[in-house]
Amino acid sequence: MINSLDPRIKREQINEDNTIAPLTEMDQFETYEVFHQKKRGDQHVHVGIVHAPNAEMALLFGKEQFGRRGLSVNIWVVKTSNVFASDYDDADIFETVPEKQYREAGGYKVMDKINKYKKENKA
Amino acid sequence: MYGNAYIDPNEKANAMLAGEDPIKLAEFEARIARGEKIEPKDWMPKEYRKQLIRMIEQHGHSEIIGALPEGTWITRAPGFKRKLALMAKVQDEVGHAQLLYSAAETLGKSREDMINDLITGKSKYSNVFNYPAYTWADACIIAWLIDAGAIINQVANAKGSYGPYCRALDRICTEESFHLKYGHDNVVTLATGTPIQRKMVQEALTRWWPPIMHFFGPSDKISSHTEILMRWKVKMASNDDMRQQFLNMYVPKIWDLGLVIPDANLKKNEEIGKWDYTEPDWDEFKRVINGGGPCNAERLAVRRMAEEKGRWVRAALLRKDEKYVTPLA
Repeated sequence: MINSLDPRIKREQINEDNTIAPLTEMDQFETYEVFHQKKRGDQHVHVGIVHAPNAEMALLFGKEQFGRRGLSVNIWVVKTSNVFASDYDDADIFETVPEKQYREAGGYKVMDKINKYKKENKA
Repeated sequence: MYGNAYIDPNEKANAMLAGEDPIKLAEFEARIARGEKIEPKDWMPKEYRKQLIRMIEQHGHSEIIGALPEGTWITRAPGFKRKLALMAKVQDEVGHAQLLYSAAETLGKSREDMINDLITGKSKYSNVFNYPAYTWADACIIAWLIDAGAIINQVANAKGSYGPYCRALDRICTEESFHLKYGHDNVVTLATGTPIQRKMVQEALTRWWPPIMHFFGPSDKISSHTEILMRWKVKMASNDDMRQQFLNMYVPKIWDLGLVIPDANLKKNEEIGKWDYTEPDWDEFKRVINGGGPCNAERLAVRRMAEEKGRWVRAALLRKDEKYVTPLA
């Protein structure tokens, strides 16, 4: 029996050689990805995962793990197996080129033309 | 709360890169050199994966085991406010373990395997938790100075190269700052209190000083092995550098309270800006990390008991159609 300094552990009367069977696969359940919203109007942001046996408990663990300080109004949990992700090896699909300026507000500059027009047409 | 992962100095560097695709290795190293993070599904050298799993896992175990000596003081903490604060701290530590286990999982080791390796004694955890918290003052010294050491280590590691570990550490460091303030507040209360309180906190400091000096681990041997780990941003600072940083930040704060650090050789060498101290007893460190400390057996036995008592609940909740996939990030 362990002669602990800790009265709580002493009460448990634990043997030092209390070997237990190893944890088997799925003992810790599957994982849920957690999305956290700080305040109304904000986007939900991915903050990490929890292991849980079902969505209700994933919400509970998600709240404990990611919402116990600061602002929180809402969380989502999604089974990791239900998330489809792009591949980092395909990151080149996001690459852009200077010609794509036509997608940007900054790609449209008209002041030179306006000034020139105003100068030439000063009556 | 965590010191540095214990790296076996006898591991050979030349074996680290054996069999790696040179082109992929060069791309990987270039990415890290550019300051980019590595994400779970990226190609990585076997040794990078292995060292990170070992390090993050040990860190996770340290949080769980570290909660044990502190958790025992919740019911005996003086006053309602301190009981609440200590409960919050212990919950944080257990939460940190979950964040860290998740980060290690993304590298391919299941949480079940990590827990199994902890409870059979195969995996290590921070050596300081093999010592008992005899009095309330011990719990206060742990909360202040062990957490202070942990923050130094964790702030350094948060700048490492593995994305999931960095993200976990950023969250952890924010929470640890509360632990540090809470611990400091407690120590100041005792040190500025009655003669009995002062005596109690001095005795706790005397007891904890050697484990605190052990906390960052022995001097790193400058080996090509460590060099590679530093190039890969797995290891972010040498054990001695972190120990120096700790001494620099906290020795003056301890002296401010008129407490005596039990090392007559401890003084700052102003010429080189470093602290001189008596070399810690590394034989004692090795003896304790290998199972010979006052609480090793108790810590693991308590952990096994907890795991065993919860097993039927987990079994009852497990649905047949559940399927594990590795977390994304």
